[in-house]
Amino acid sequence: MRGRLARVLCVGVPAAFLGLFFIYPVVSILGLGLSGGGLDHLIGLSGNANFRGVAWFTLWQAVVSTVLTVVVALPGAHLIARRRFAGRRLVRALATVPFVLPTVVVGGAFLAVFDRLGMSDGAFRLTHTVWAILIAHVFFNLAVVLRTVGSFWEGLDPGPEEQAKVLGASPTRTFLLVTLPRLRPAVAAAASIVFLFCLTSFGVVLLLGGPGIATIETEIWRHAVWRGDFEAATALAFVQLAAVLAVVAVGNGLQRRRAVGLRTVVARAPAAGRWELAANLGLLGMVLGLPVAVLLERSFLSGGGYSFDNYRALAVRVDLLPLTAIDALVNSFVFALAATAMAVTVGGLASLVVVHGPRALSRVFDLGLMLPLGASAVTLGFGMLIALDEPPLDLRSSRWLVPVAHALIGVPFVMRVLVPTLRSIDLRLREAAAVLGAPPAVARRLIDLPIAARALVVGAGFAFAVSLGEFGATSFLPRQPDRMTAPLALFRLLGTPGQQLRGQAMALAVVLMVLTGLSVLVIEMRRGSVGGDF
Amino acid sequence: MGLWEVTSEMLRVEGLEVVLGGVAVVDGLDLEVAEGEIVVLLGPSGCGKSTLLRTIVGLERPSRGRVAWSGEDLTSVAPHERDFGLVFQDHALFPHMDVASNVAFGLRVAGLPVEVREARVAEVLDLVGLSGFGERPVDALSGGEAQRVALARSLAPGPRLLMLDEPLGSLDRALRDRLVADLGVLLRGIGQAAIYVTHDHDEAFALADRIAVMGDGRIQLIGTAAEVWSDPVSAYVAQCLGHENIVELDRSGACPLGRLGDGPGTVLIRPGQLLLSRCPDGIEATVVGSSFRGDRFSLCVAVGNLEVRVPAAEAVPVGSGVRLSIGPDPVLPLTSITP
Repeated sequence: MRGRLARVLCVGVPAAFLGLFFIYPVVSILGLGLSGGGLDHLIGLSGNANFRGVAWFTLWQAVVSTVLTVVVALPGAHLIARRRFAGRRLVRALATVPFVLPTVVVGGAFLAVFDRLGMSDGAFRLTHTVWAILIAHVFFNLAVVLRTVGSFWEGLDPGPEEQAKVLGASPTRTFLLVTLPRLRPAVAAAASIVFLFCLTSFGVVLLLGGPGIATIETEIWRHAVWRGDFEAATALAFVQLAAVLAVVAVGNGLQRRRAVGLRTVVARAPAAGRWELAANLGLLGMVLGLPVAVLLERSFLSGGGYSFDNYRALAVRVDLLPLTAIDALVNSFVFALAATAMAVTVGGLASLVVVHGPRALSRVFDLGLMLPLGASAVTLGFGMLIALDEPPLDLRSSRWLVPVAHALIGVPFVMRVLVPTLRSIDLRLREAAAVLGAPPAVARRLIDLPIAARALVVGAGFAFAVSLGEFGATSFLPRQPDRMTAPLALFRLLGTPGQQLRGQAMALAVVLMVLTGLSVLVIEMRRGSVGGDF
Repeated sequence: MGLWEVTSEMLRVEGLEVVLGGVAVVDGLDLEVAEGEIVVLLGPSGCGKSTLLRTIVGLERPSRGRVAWSGEDLTSVAPHERDFGLVFQDHALFPHMDVASNVAFGLRVAGLPVEVREARVAEVLDLVGLSGFGERPVDALSGGEAQRVALARSLAPGPRLLMLDEPLGSLDRALRDRLVADLGVLLRGIGQAAIYVTHDHDEAFALADRIAVMGDGRIQLIGTAAEVWSDPVSAYVAQCLGHENIVELDRSGACPLGRLGDGPGTVLIRPGQLLLSRCPDGIEATVVGSSFRGDRFSLCVAVGNLEVRVPAAEAVPVGSGVRLSIGPDPVLPLTSITP
């Protein structure tokens, strides 16, 4: 009886959560998109030169961003996977941080970098160009490739490479002929994730692209939030959803294949050469460190000198914002706690179903709960905006709406860490427990739970950081002025000219960066043997 | 109940059939184990030994037949309610627990109080020679230590039957020889009934009260080491036990060594019946191989197209000619049915 109740909860809670807050909004978009005025808009899109330009740009910037990210990340992945050096774990953890930094913070950091290098204007202008977007995308997604490819590479038997070298192949030829083909599944899986993120990139494009550059994502936002033209926005969201589903389907196939043959521990990694280490860390430092350093410097710069003035100003309300930056941070913090609690609950239960449930259900859950991550924050926010603001479900003024949206995005992170960990628990351990007299429920409590607990903490850390920095979905949700989140406040500060506001924005960005970065960094360093895809 | 004979027999496996992936891995198997008895299940890899253990312990379900303990049918009883122990080949130690917690696991799920657990853990750790190892993490153990922790963990709850699935398979030869001897002393010392699975006949001889040779999903032969060694019945069992000189006779009962029977068939040349000879009218043979066995050499010699093994007191160079003598009652007929 208790077993059945537990099973119903495991399946029911995630299903209800996903159904109510993701499927229902998405279906609403699809419904609007395919009915009446929506359909006309959709048909009209194909002949619309402006739309075709936007769609083409969305696609090619995503392709170029992905290729650039993979190329920049591969040497670093090699270093992490195949070389031993002091501070390897720290480097690995630091490289993960950009991935969870709020898009608005990254946007702000790059604006500051371009400004500092004199590239915000003139012949070498980067601000408000596609180059700015590409660079920021590499910055963001480097960690995905580093980690996915790095950990796969680490698990590959170095035997074939050694054999190739003994047979006379140069390091380059060895890499091209032996290593790269074997890495292909991991590279493909990482690339498909990066492609998805770049395809649905929002905050970065909005901030760094400026008014002259538009992707489908920013167009949805512009139509829905600025113009209130829901029909046009729906048609665009429809197209975006279809594209994302296609990419997720392909990527999931690649992921599934990648899971085979992982984890054979390599104990004999050679020490890294001095130049190899210097070159690699130099590159990573340039790409990852420079924006952070400039952001820090700018946050202390005010009125021609360095001081804490910008940070002090966070406690003072400016006319532009309905509340002080500190209040916005407190809001974000509270929302993040609630979102993390929900994400851990839903993600934990869903992971149990994925690992222990019947095959068909397991696949549906595995793919279904991953969708909110891929389906673009903007689609998510827009869907909730149009679906959850009228009976039967009117959450427009509910304080839960923002945490729920954030939890939807957090669940995939919890699951990506938890599912592989649960899967890695050897079937024999459960058998050994059974033979020693432990009924299945007791075995789960004494074996699975303690092993999974660490993974759950890691997942919770990611969910917390992601919620703290979430911008895309939040920017759609009905905004009570007193519940504005820190990323939204930061976006407004960054979007308004003026030296003093810029300084305050930099200070707020630094605080957000420290909060998100620290939560992930601490967890990463303590993560130990916990696996997972992020 | 009345159907069961009242003997010291405890485990009874009857007509057991286990189908895995469409193949009957265990196929109509019968086996009995008496109280305090150590039965060694001997057979080559893949003959269904592990599956049999997993079925007895309840991790696999038989498609036919039954498993009973002193008359009580256990076939549909869950593994955690059988009160049996199983030592896995790869140990399967819980990675998130230290040695003591691993060993205490069975006592903990049985709901025993902490003091009782601690005392019992110390006792069995002492029994396997790992006193003071309690607080070590399991990933810091050597192969032999991990194996002994796994044994201690299975012994701690005092199972009525202990099963060991090639527990020494991953260890090197010298360590195995020592641990097998230790294990025999230990199990007999506490009167533990056990089934021990191995493909190594030396381990079987060192440990067994009775050896059960498994093949084709069934027990081919069961008996004491002396019984099965002196009369292996089939060529298959003879091979499993490590007999070396198994010879095919032609229609007239002859082979290159001479006429050893009255008609065709497979025979075993009894150990000690084929020897090197100084006698000039012995059978001519050529040495094709020689291996050192410690107290003697084992020569592989060719007689015509037949190769046999004979013991030698000292090394003989490969390629040299030797003469063989054959005893008065040299052969034992075998059924050639090979599973």
